[in-house]
Amino acid sequence: MEKSKEKELKVFAGHMRKLIIEAVFSAQSGHPGGSLSCTDILAYLYGEKMRINTSDPTETDRDRFVLSKGHCAPALYAALSQRGFFSKVAIKDFRKCGSMLQGHPCRACIPGVDMSTGSLGQGISTAVGMALMGKLDKKDYRVFSILGDGELQEGQVWEALMSAAHYKLDNLTAFIDFNGLQIDGKTADVMNLGSIADKVRAFGWNTVEIDGHDFQQIEAAVAEAESKKGMPTMIVSKTHKGKGVSFMEDQAGWHGKAPNQEQYDAAMVELDAALAALEVEV
Amino acid sequence: MTKMATREAYGKALVEFGNDPRIVVLDADLSKSTFTMLFQKEYPERHFNMGIAEGNMMSVASGMATCGKIAFASTFAIFASERALEQVRNSACYPNLDVKVCATHAGISVGEDGASHQCVEDLAIMRAIPNMRVISPCDAASTRLAIRAVIETPGPFYVRLGRLAVEGVYGEYGDETEFQIGKANTIREGSDVTIIATGLMVQQSIAAVELLKEKGINARLLDMHTIKPIDTEAIVKASKETGAIVTVEEHNILGGLGGAVAEALSENAPCLLKRVGLKDVFGKSGKPEALLQVYHLMPEDIVAAALEVIAKKG
Repeated sequence: MEKSKEKELKVFAGHMRKLIIEAVFSAQSGHPGGSLSCTDILAYLYGEKMRINTSDPTETDRDRFVLSKGHCAPALYAALSQRGFFSKVAIKDFRKCGSMLQGHPCRACIPGVDMSTGSLGQGISTAVGMALMGKLDKKDYRVFSILGDGELQEGQVWEALMSAAHYKLDNLTAFIDFNGLQIDGKTADVMNLGSIADKVRAFGWNTVEIDGHDFQQIEAAVAEAESKKGMPTMIVSKTHKGKGVSFMEDQAGWHGKAPNQEQYDAAMVELDAALAALEVEV
Repeated sequence: MTKMATREAYGKALVEFGNDPRIVVLDADLSKSTFTMLFQKEYPERHFNMGIAEGNMMSVASGMATCGKIAFASTFAIFASERALEQVRNSACYPNLDVKVCATHAGISVGEDGASHQCVEDLAIMRAIPNMRVISPCDAASTRLAIRAVIETPGPFYVRLGRLAVEGVYGEYGDETEFQIGKANTIREGSDVTIIATGLMVQQSIAAVELLKEKGINARLLDMHTIKPIDTEAIVKASKETGAIVTVEEHNILGGLGGAVAEALSENAPCLLKRVGLKDVFGKSGKPEALLQVYHLMPEDIVAAALEVIAKKG
């Protein structure tokens, strides 16, 4: 990846983070921690990788994305609004009565959302269905999905992984947003997942382990997934919950909590400073 | 006419209408029992065995439907409506996708497998989900028409099918006027009482109507093949014209056909109602015919219920 492209994506992600905080603050409800941890992956997908058409969001040949960890809707909405699927102004209405921006992604009401999600474990299965149809219809579109590491506790995830490997879905690439935290604490304490990469590999997937905040690594992993034939790829992405807002980082308490005015102001100052630093970066 | 189970008619209908490339069929290791194997033989590339993982199957079917497919997902009713309930709700119904859940082995007529496999709650459960429509055909001919109708009608459906071979109620193939989603079929005209039946209880009720005739009672019989949207008009008409109603279903008397009819009646034209069905109990192992007797789902039980509401009507 060119340095200029990497900088461009950092700026895209920086603006996404501001929109996420804006959304959760306006709603006084929502999930900032996990949204901020998967922001860079989403920034790469929507800012660079995916073949999508904002003027025809349901175009048959588009790449698909399923946010299996649907509670991180603010991150998805931030990416979609940055790409122009809808106005950034709409973000302020997130979770409000009458807004199209439902608390969790809603396929029927939001342009650019490929699947309604929110009930953990189901999104990855629907992505399997999309990838299967890509194969059946001999389309070259690719299907991407992001799961939470806590989400892996849902048995359905493993049913989905089994079926994706069985049907050799090499057009499916999934990310695990491995931030190590869930509502009640560390995933290791709540329900230990053991070695995620080993388990996924044992289910017949190609696995890659990366830093989920490093665009160079994200791009390389996605390229590897694309060149790997006959099996789906899982990109186990080590991330930090709350990434970019220092007082939220690696804190389970910020899983599903909205900032107050003071915290909102502090977060925005920090995110603006990060963006300002990028603008002067050569 | 030879008997045929509605599950077999379903498999044949999939083959008959299967040349539509939008149709994909999913099964969960029961394709020989659900008869989706017939489609599998004809269109192997569009049949997907998902293994013993019903929840995943429903969500995968939903993902397929987002790609312009009409996804038929089949397994036993108990697993389709209860094991995979939340997937049906959140993956298929909330986004209002073209997922047709065709569930076989509904009711106690499953027989020997016993209560763990005898689903007597699915009509109530599926009926409660927004966007979902619920069909419960009584014979092979109406199953064929039901499958054609759900292919032609966008959005999610639950189609309740049986294991037991049943007599035909309609002509061998039926015609279009005989099956319209949401429109009950009048099988027998009558003015003393109305029997509203669904699934294989329609056949039991035809026998009941004959028994009542011997007693000088003219019973109307409606085949309520669509549980949702329920045919309120036919129910209100029955209430006004016959003044007493008996519902008959191979299902818990709570929440299914009886519940739906009670709702329509009490909001529009109340009259006496007696619900024949499983009285809030689980089934058990046995021959289907024996179980229908044990759980009082025989023609004479329907007759007794009819006589009871007629007597109360005074």
